[in-house]
Formats: sequence, C-alpha cells, structure tokens
Amino acid sequence: MLNKNIYLILIISIVFAVSFWIGFNVNLLPAEASINAPIYDELFKILFIIGLIIFIGMTIAVIYSLFKFRKRNDHIGDGIALEGNLSLEIVWTIIPSIIVLLIGLYSYNIYDRMGGMKELNHNHEMMSSNTEKIWAGISQTSDNEIAINNLSIEVSAMQFAFLFNYPKGNFISGELHVPVDQKVSMKMESKDVIHAFWVPEFRIKQDIIPGQPTILNFTPTKVGKYPVICAELCGPYHGGMRASIIVEEESDYNEWFNKNKKPEVNL
Amino acid sequence: MTISIDPQKTNNENLQPKGWLRYFSFSLDHKVIGIQYLVCGFLFYLIGGTLASAIRIELASPMSDFMPRDVYNQVLTLHGTIMIFLWIVPVVNGAFGNYLIPFYVGARDMAFPRLNAVAFWLIPPSGLMLVASYFVEGAAQAGWTAYPPLSITTPQSGQIIWILSVLLLGGSSIFGGINFIATIIKLRRPGLKLMQLPMYCWAMLGTSLLVVLSTPVLAGTLILLSFDIIAKTGFFNPVLGGNVVVYQHLFWFYSHPAVYIMVLPAFGLVSEILPVHARKPLFGYTTMVFSIMGIVVLGLVVWAHHMFTSGTPPWMRLFFTIATAFIAVPTGIKFFNWVATLWGGKISINSAMLFSCGFIINFVFGGITGVALAQVPFDIHVHDTYFVVAHFHYIVYGGTVFIIFSSIYHWFPKVTGKMLNDKLGILHFIITFIGFNLCFAPQHWLGLNGMPRRVAEYDPQFQFVNQISSLGALLMAISTIPFLINVFLSVRNGKDAGDNPWNALTPEWLTSSPPPVENWEGEAPLVEEPYGYGKEISEQK
Repeated sequence: MLNKNIYLILIISIVFAVSFWIGFNVNLLPAEASINAPIYDELFKILFIIGLIIFIGMTIAVIYSLFKFRKRNDHIGDGIALEGNLSLEIVWTIIPSIIVLLIGLYSYNIYDRMGGMKELNHNHEMMSSNTEKIWAGISQTSDNEIAINNLSIEVSAMQFAFLFNYPKGNFISGELHVPVDQKVSMKMESKDVIHAFWVPEFRIKQDIIPGQPTILNFTPTKVGKYPVICAELCGPYHGGMRASIIVEEESDYNEWFNKNKKPEVNL
Repeated sequence: MTISIDPQKTNNENLQPKGWLRYFSFSLDHKVIGIQYLVCGFLFYLIGGTLASAIRIELASPMSDFMPRDVYNQVLTLHGTIMIFLWIVPVVNGAFGNYLIPFYVGARDMAFPRLNAVAFWLIPPSGLMLVASYFVEGAAQAGWTAYPPLSITTPQSGQIIWILSVLLLGGSSIFGGINFIATIIKLRRPGLKLMQLPMYCWAMLGTSLLVVLSTPVLAGTLILLSFDIIAKTGFFNPVLGGNVVVYQHLFWFYSHPAVYIMVLPAFGLVSEILPVHARKPLFGYTTMVFSIMGIVVLGLVVWAHHMFTSGTPPWMRLFFTIATAFIAVPTGIKFFNWVATLWGGKISINSAMLFSCGFIINFVFGGITGVALAQVPFDIHVHDTYFVVAHFHYIVYGGTVFIIFSSIYHWFPKVTGKMLNDKLGILHFIITFIGFNLCFAPQHWLGLNGMPRRVAEYDPQFQFVNQISSLGALLMAISTIPFLINVFLSVRNGKDAGDNPWNALTPEWLTSSPPPVENWEGEAPLVEEPYGYGKEISEQK
C-alpha cells in the first residue's frame, strides 16, 4: 500500500513538473505589443498550466486503466462490483468547484486590470455626445493618464474595409497610425453589417455593430506594424478585410499627423 | 390518465411493409424509425464531410483559389447547418433515443408512434431542400449563426430556404423531445423506478427538456428574421431601427443549449457502453443523474458567453463567465466517474471501448479550452478565431461523433444480429483519432496567433500549420472507408452475434437480436440493476 502511494505521489509530481515546464517554456502566443498583452499572457499561462495538469492526468488515467485492467485470456467473470464512493465523489465535486471559482476570481482580477470594469464612467462624457447606446470594449489605463495625450479616433467599418477618421486633424486614413505608449480611444461604428476590430498582438477585439457604436481603448507598447483583422463574418471578402496599425515614436507620429492634417473648415 | 396506448395494436393494424422496404415507409416501429434516423443522418454526415473537405482544400493555400468566395461562405454555412441539425442532433437524439428508450423503460414503442414517424419524415425533405438551395440562387451564406444584418443583405432565396429548413428540423426536434419525455415519464413498465433507469434515459430526459424549452425560441427568432427579409420589417435591421444584438441573444438562447442537446445524449450513451465492456457497474449513478440535471439548468443560463465581444455590459460578462465555468463541475464529475468505472474492471479493448476512451480524452481537452473560453479576458482575444473552431470540434466531433461511432460498434449486433469486424473497427479508430487530432489541435495555435474563422484567405505565415490541419482532414475522410466497408461486409457476411454478444445487462439485450416488432416475446423484463456487473446474480431475468 505504501509503495502504491509513493508511485501515485511520484506520478502526480511528474505531471505537475511537466505541465509547469511546458507552461513556462512553450510560447503559443504572438508578440506582446500593448498594455493588455502581458496581462493576457499571464492569464493564459495559468490556464494553460492548470489545463495541462488536468489533461495529462486524465489521459494517463485512461491509458493506464486500459493497460492495467485489460481483460486477459485467463480472466473469467466481471470486475469488482463497485458502484460508487461518496467521499471520492464529494472530493471531485468540491476540488473542481474551488478551482473554477478561483479561476473565475482571477480572471475577474485580470479583467479589472485590463480596465474592463470601469470603462463606462469616463468614456461617456469623452466620446459620446449624442449617441445613447455605447457599449464598450476594454480600456486599460487609469483615469489620470487619459487627460493629456488622449487620442480619439473614429473607426468606420464597411464591406470590406476599415476607415480611420482623425477628427482633430480633420482627415481620414486607411492605415491606423498611433504613437507608442499613449492611450488611444476609438469610437467604432459599422456602415453595413457586423464587423470586428482585432489586433492579435494587442489581445483586444471588439465587434463593430451597425446602429450601435462601440468603444475600444488600448495602449500600444511596442513600435511596429501590426495587422488589424476583421473577425466577424461580413461577406465574401471577409478574409481579405484587413488594415494595418502602425505604432510609431511620438515624433514620427506627429510628423505623419501634421502631413495629413487638413485645415478646419469654419462654418 | 385516460389515454390508452396499445403499441402492439398500433403496429399490427397497419399493413406495414416487411424487410428492407419498411425503412422507406411511414413505419411506426420505434426500431425502424431509429435506423431511419441513423442512416439518413449518416448520409448527411457524408455530405457535410464533403463540404468540410472542400473547406480544408481551400485552406491548404493562403489565397482564395479553390472556389469563388461567395461559394466558400455557402459551403461553410451548409457544413455547419448540416452537421448540427441533420447529423448530430438527429442521430444522438432521434436514432439512438428511438431505438433504445422504449427498451430501457420496458415499453413496446414510443408514447406517440405517429408523431415519432412525422418527426423523422420532416428531416429528409428539409435536408434536401437545404442542400438544393445551392442550385436556386446560391445557398445561405451568413454562417450557421445567420447573424443579421448579413443574413438580411445576402441573396434572399438561400437564406429563406435555410430558415424554412431549420424551422422544420426544429419542429422535428420538438416532436421528438415531447415524445421522449412522455415515454420516459409515463410508459415505464410497472415496478420500474426512475432511479433504476439506464443513464441514457436520464440523459435523454434532460436533453428533451432543453429541446422543449429552447427550440421554440430559435423558431420564433427565425420567423422574425424571415419577416425582416421578406416583409422588410425592422426587428433586427438597424437601418429600420432594429437591434442586431437582440438577435444574438435570442439565437444563442437556443444554440448554446443546442451544444448540450448534442453532448448530453453522448454522455448517456457512453455511460451504457463503458460498464458493459469494462465489466463493472457505472460508478456513481446518483451523482451522474444530478450532474445531468445540473448541466440542464446551467446550460440555460450561459448563452451570452458567445457574445463577449458583441457589446455586452461588464456585469453581464461577469455573470456569464462564472455560470459557464461552473458547467465544468458537473461535467467533470461525469468524466471522473467514467474513469472510475474503468478502474479495476476487466476491460475488453475493442472498437466500442476505444472510441469511448478517445471520446474521454478529446472531450477533456475540449472542456479545458471551454473553461478558458468562458473567461472574458481570455475570450476577447480568441473569439471568432480558429481557437474557437478547434474548441467546438473537440466537443462535437471528438466528443459526440466519437460516441456515435462507439455506439454503432456497440449496438450493431443488436440491430442486425451480426458482429462488426473488430480489426477494421480498430483501424477505423486509429485513423480517426490521429486524423482528428492532427486536423484540430494545430487550429488552437492558428487562432491564438491571428487567424480568424470563416475566412477563405489568410496570412501566408499560417500556411504550413493549415496544411497539417488539411492533412488531418484527409485522414478523417479516409477513415470512413474502413468503416463503410466494415458495415457493408458485416451486414451480409458478419459473424453471427447471438442475442447478447457482450453479456450486457441492460434490457435491450434481454431479447433476441434483432428484436421482434413487439420488442419482447412475452412480458417486458424488470431490470432493477442495469449495471449489476460483478454481482453474484449475474443472470437477470
């Protein structure tokens, strides 16, 4: 009996070790280029490790049972008439409940750190003057950061393109340019069907809905060019509906902005 | 109750054709209807599989070069619709439910045999109509979710035929659900208690409750959508002040429970198969029953996790995260119980057992990604990507379809009196298991790294991984060949099975194989312990 327990403990520790090793050493995610990304990747890593432990554990249990308890030729009759074990069943109800609850609380914490819980308060006055229904995506910077370098961009999506309107410069661009390390606020609306704005490197996505503006905030952290991908089936050319987001140093951004800027028309 | 049902009379008063012709007739025999469901479903599986192959061929290269883009969208819409509404739902509910439930409750037929036949005969015309819509003006091309406004703006005839077809299939499903509930509750043989029923009855009871509660919502939604398309009303049309997100709520109120309509019966079937081949009682019968009912209740309140990026307020996101993640608890209980059923058994390693174990492994994987997807911040990145495609194929293919095959290997001797060839069956399992995992495991990575779903073209950096996935799909297509050969050879020349080749204790095996029209020559046997393996009284009468 003692031997059996030692083997069990040994196997469980190996499963844990392997899962942790894979979790920390195998990277399945694209580059991290926004404030959201490292937070997301932290959540991913935790879920990945827990998932691996459960998956490897269950797979070993199934395969081991198939080998250990397979019917040999000299076997007659049935297995043991074990119909259940209440304490065991209570254990494997309570432990998963606790794990699930902890994961839920943890992802709430992650969501909060991404800014998911406080978006509506400050965005309303900032973005929407007369639209009633604004449903927000994720924002992530704290309130005092927004004041100074706030960039607001209006995104309109249509079959099959994104257009980025810079109200302060009074121009529209097909490419989204943003300065690095500054919070960007986008108000998005669709002209026809539902689209979605997705930047994998930023780990953000928000549907763009006709008749119902949505808001998406993000803060890029790495200079570079990343794809903006439409993630909601929007018609035959859905796969081709892409744009680029160019994250650049503030000076480069200002140069680009001033080059495109049009004088305001006074009415 | 004044309703008198005398199935024996019902069956005999009609001049029903005998032999193979009865499978093409309006038969009232639940066993015939079960086989009709199964064969019809399998034919649609072959069509849906062909469409899947077309998708994987298109995705073997990054450019949209195999078929026109609008045809690609029709193909993916038809693939999803056919696989869900014409293959998995009719087969795990209709086929096995009709064949097994009357045996399990000790009845000679279903409660409403005519309604039962009507439910089946709604399927072939609506399926054919759906496939034929391709030749009218092009099939529906808004995905199986048919989100407006896309579904309002794409060519109308295809979308309307799609709606009509899904409405008929939903009707069929509701008729079936009512019939199962009535049969399980009212037609039990005297002396048979609810807590003595085989687990598949409980699974079907839970599933049928979900069907009856949620399918009418889908029907209503689709009728409103068809008004928007034909009569230019504005329920979901933003141009006329409609709200597109409301459609998504209504749609997923049915379509998330639909996942449980597809997997709960599979949970029931695997609970019948494992004890027989492991020669052990089903572990934790009572907790299994409660976990099924727990899944039914929770399954009705999680739908908005499909809409985390749609514009849902934060409180809603949190509620649906917690509710969804908690489904893992009753589901987990079932998986632990199945492994405990295997533990200490005397396991025959045959095709049915292998497919069931493949199911456990695949479904655990799909369940884990499911818990991850339930977390709002996780979902926001991978929603509508290949990660989700991979996740739900692990659930519906790696889960349910594996169990459908397992069940076919298990009950084939019952239906035909002949054994399926086990060597071919194991070959079928190996190719399916490798092909399936090769096809869908890499798709998780694709989704995480930036490949959205439902696209005909993609970033060239994903080509290699897509080709691996397509190779897996090729193996899955090939895997049906040994299966079909096996079925056709065994029906004609298979080894004689005898009445009870597995020495099983559930009631369907306590009669001849194939069973007589009345199911039992005499009185239906009272099986108080359907899983009484390893007990001293191994022969139950």
